[in-house]
Amino acid sequence: MATKGTVNGIVSNLVTVTVDGPVSQNEICYILTGGTKLMSEVIKVIGKNAYVQVFESTRGMRVGDEVEFTGHMLEVTLGPGMLSRNYDGLQNDLDKMEGVFLKRGEYTYPLDREKLWNFKPLVRPGALLSAGRWFGEVIENHQPLKIMIPFNFQGTCTVKEIAPEGEYNIFHKVAVVTDSEGKDHELNMIQKWPVKKAITAYIEKPRPFKLLETGVRPIDTANPIVEGGTGFIPGPFGTGKTVLQHAIAKQAEADIVIMAACGERANEVVEIFAEYPHLIDPHTGRTLSERTIIIANTSNMPVAAREASVYTAMTLAEYYRSMGLRVLLMADSTSRWAQALREMSNRLEELPGPDAFPMDLSAIIANFYARAGFVYLEDDASGSITFIGTVSPAGGNLKEPVTENTKKVARCFYALEQERADKKRYPAINTIDSYSKYLEYPEFQEYIAKQISEDWVDKVYELKTRMLRGKEIAEQINILGDDSVPIDYHETFWKSELIDFVILQQDAFDKIDAVTPIERQQYMLDLILGICRQNFTFEGFIQVSEFFRKLINICKQMNYSHFKEAAFNKAKMELDQLIEQQLNVEKEENVA
Amino acid sequence: MAQAFQKIYTKISKITKATCALHATGVGNDELASVDGRLAQVVKIQGDEIVLQVFAGTEGIPTNAEVVFMGKAPSVKVGTQLAGRFFNAYGDPIDGGPIPEGKEVEIGGPSVNPVRRKQPSELIATGIAGIDLNNTLVTGQKIPFFADPDQPYNQVMATVALRAESDKIILGGMGMTNDDYLYYKNVFSNAGALDRIVSFINTTEDPSVERLLIPDMALTAAEYFAVEKGEKVLALLSDMTNYADALAIVSNRMDQIPSKDSMPGSLYSDLAKIYEKAVQFPNGGSITIIAVTTLSGGDITHAVPDNTGYITEGQLYLRRDSDTGKVIVDPFRSLSRLKQLVIGKKTREDHPQVMNAAVRLYSDAANAKTKMENGFDLTDYDERALAFAKNYSKDILAIDVNLNTTEMLDKTWALFTKYFKPEEVNIKQEFVDKYWKK
Repeated sequence: MATKGTVNGIVSNLVTVTVDGPVSQNEICYILTGGTKLMSEVIKVIGKNAYVQVFESTRGMRVGDEVEFTGHMLEVTLGPGMLSRNYDGLQNDLDKMEGVFLKRGEYTYPLDREKLWNFKPLVRPGALLSAGRWFGEVIENHQPLKIMIPFNFQGTCTVKEIAPEGEYNIFHKVAVVTDSEGKDHELNMIQKWPVKKAITAYIEKPRPFKLLETGVRPIDTANPIVEGGTGFIPGPFGTGKTVLQHAIAKQAEADIVIMAACGERANEVVEIFAEYPHLIDPHTGRTLSERTIIIANTSNMPVAAREASVYTAMTLAEYYRSMGLRVLLMADSTSRWAQALREMSNRLEELPGPDAFPMDLSAIIANFYARAGFVYLEDDASGSITFIGTVSPAGGNLKEPVTENTKKVARCFYALEQERADKKRYPAINTIDSYSKYLEYPEFQEYIAKQISEDWVDKVYELKTRMLRGKEIAEQINILGDDSVPIDYHETFWKSELIDFVILQQDAFDKIDAVTPIERQQYMLDLILGICRQNFTFEGFIQVSEFFRKLINICKQMNYSHFKEAAFNKAKMELDQLIEQQLNVEKEENVA
Repeated sequence: MAQAFQKIYTKISKITKATCALHATGVGNDELASVDGRLAQVVKIQGDEIVLQVFAGTEGIPTNAEVVFMGKAPSVKVGTQLAGRFFNAYGDPIDGGPIPEGKEVEIGGPSVNPVRRKQPSELIATGIAGIDLNNTLVTGQKIPFFADPDQPYNQVMATVALRAESDKIILGGMGMTNDDYLYYKNVFSNAGALDRIVSFINTTEDPSVERLLIPDMALTAAEYFAVEKGEKVLALLSDMTNYADALAIVSNRMDQIPSKDSMPGSLYSDLAKIYEKAVQFPNGGSITIIAVTTLSGGDITHAVPDNTGYITEGQLYLRRDSDTGKVIVDPFRSLSRLKQLVIGKKTREDHPQVMNAAVRLYSDAANAKTKMENGFDLTDYDERALAFAKNYSKDILAIDVNLNTTEMLDKTWALFTKYFKPEEVNIKQEFVDKYWKK
């Protein structure tokens, strides 16, 4: 019999429940308040008292209200029909809710109960399978989705019956399997999984190595992220975290994109709702919403569900990875999730760690990032979850617990800088402070040498060195004055400005400039480094800046034009002439 | 307000500066009570011990005071009769008029389902270039002024409120000085706009904890006009730092562990709950929030402005430009995140590029100024940038200039032409061909 209890204490959304039977940590229960059932999760047990966090407002809750325990942890339902959906942090389908305002205690089913799917069997009776192995396939939004043996299935099983190709809904029986003890199990297309446990139905998790193309130059060129990689974007407010994240989500070469809007602005989510159905995925030509799932727990939605939302998103990602798909998971922002943990830890009166965050924050963050990754599945298939989280450091100070703990585990670091944002140099990624550890992976170097060119990584490092040198010189010029440094200092500085303006800055609101395919990035990097390697001669520092300003202006026009089409080629010719002229000046001088 | 069947308690077991506790049963969380005639709210229940937060403070409350529970959360009466009226934090009139009639609604109600929101797309013109040109506001947006206490933010807010096209203006005053309260009252009545304004005011003379009710009161009224009447509502909240200070006082009295700057760990959620009431409804109604967050010594890393910045859709800074003596909206630090939804779409196509180019050139001028102050020689470009900046600040940015957006763009192009060459401005060639003044 299920455990029951009664409420005996309330502080905000932390409720003490006296129970009449066994309860487990993280078990889900429902509190009956004024005719509605409020979903809650056990977060501490002392004797007969279970402390539960309520995922909703506790207004009007009274001592003595009845509580029912469910016997399971927070779960999501996995099956076909999740793509293009908008869920809250607990996987309720937001579109199925009635009215303009969210109603307390309203829970909606995440999938479509009636829709018929065209199921195609992938195995024959007698096949030997285990948890996570594929036995069928349906097509959703043009993507082949696999129907798998439930992830919690113990040991191996033999397929006894398999449904023939045809139309089935998610509850119809599509297979019967016999486990090693001879017991039969009927399977349909759905399964449940507790969100806080990682799905590990894969064979191997190697170091990731394949470039994940995002079309964002300061990422792909300067600090690339890989399929199955992890990255984070910290930055003070107003530095363009969200614009950058949306750019990645729109353009990245992924099969499935899951966006967890965790404690952020509702209007940002609305932007996705409004735009994605009309935006085209540059890789497939279909609308972006077809491949996107949104988990929206905006800042005004209940705090406890905020923590759940990132886990819900990760579990959905793991489900698709097990099908051999490339998943991109974005969480904006992981700081809000950490703050939700802090609020609960505070109410539980735990001894606080740094900045009043819970002591185990670093372990929680590390565990979460570890769930991303590239995996090999059976039959040479592979899948990946690339995870990029944003961090909103308090006061823009990167020496705070969430940033520091994330830095320990994420392999790519995209530092957004206030100074660059103030100068409207967007994306405001500081290339010198940022890094991608993947550039150092031999696996990645080998891969990229084949994909782009042998000397690509060297060129990327050259770009970085030039940026660093440019910054050092800018500081010297600021201290000593324009006149007091040699002219070639100015030249070096302006070469770094050229790289900055043409490669590192990118207009996310211009249709053409916003997405740069890797082929075009290669062309531009070769072009710009080619110019940087030239030795020009100038009469004075003013001439240096004038010359480079002109170059930058022409290169920007190139960035705004279609690759290798008329306007682009015209600008390129102008550029060549200008460079030729400047080089000839030098020759004439030499002759003279 | 006590009703016949309600039980009266007369035994208070604990009294602190802001709270008192007693034994009672059948009490709901967040419920209102009256303690010795003062309004209080349930903040904690442990078994049969109920902790009440007394808004007006507990001075003089005896242990045998009468406590009556009202069986409801704080609420406000909403209706068309609110227009033109001034209320205190409890929703009682303070202008001597009658108690308005209307529907009683609990304040701090549920959030809007994000999928039911509409994308904000209507521009709010204010005539101030620092806003319309560089940081365009949109209905359904939430944006604060980050201002030092001595800056004229109340004047700017009043100007914005009167110039902006809105059906209702809801003013929520928290810890507002009596002088500022009277200022708003005068400006609004002189402009003949009183009939579209509703005010909930807590002045510095009122107990500080009462302030906690103001934003919810104001925004519940705003929701009434926006949802039921489909009106465009502009909510002004001044000053949110006072609100946060009141939160800190309460959490301190409740023995909560403070996080950064002695603020409660839940500050982000508390502020977000208020600001996220800004919304564009599907029926055409909208709530736009313009707030004030006062800074101490311009420090935006303090927990209040910092958390606010992460919640709101941008922020506006005021600055006195020492070269021209004018107050301007600072083009460097100010930001309206929603401007991308309207600029170049609802305004002329060249708006985004002109805006960015002007700010970049203005920033070049700032660099030149630093160079000059450090005693270095200025280049010809530096000189021109400085002259441009002066003109730009005086004729376009200053808050006393009132232009429409097209005029602002034309004037900026004229300045570009006067001081620069096209290649120095870095704008798409098609716009240069079209708008460069020959």
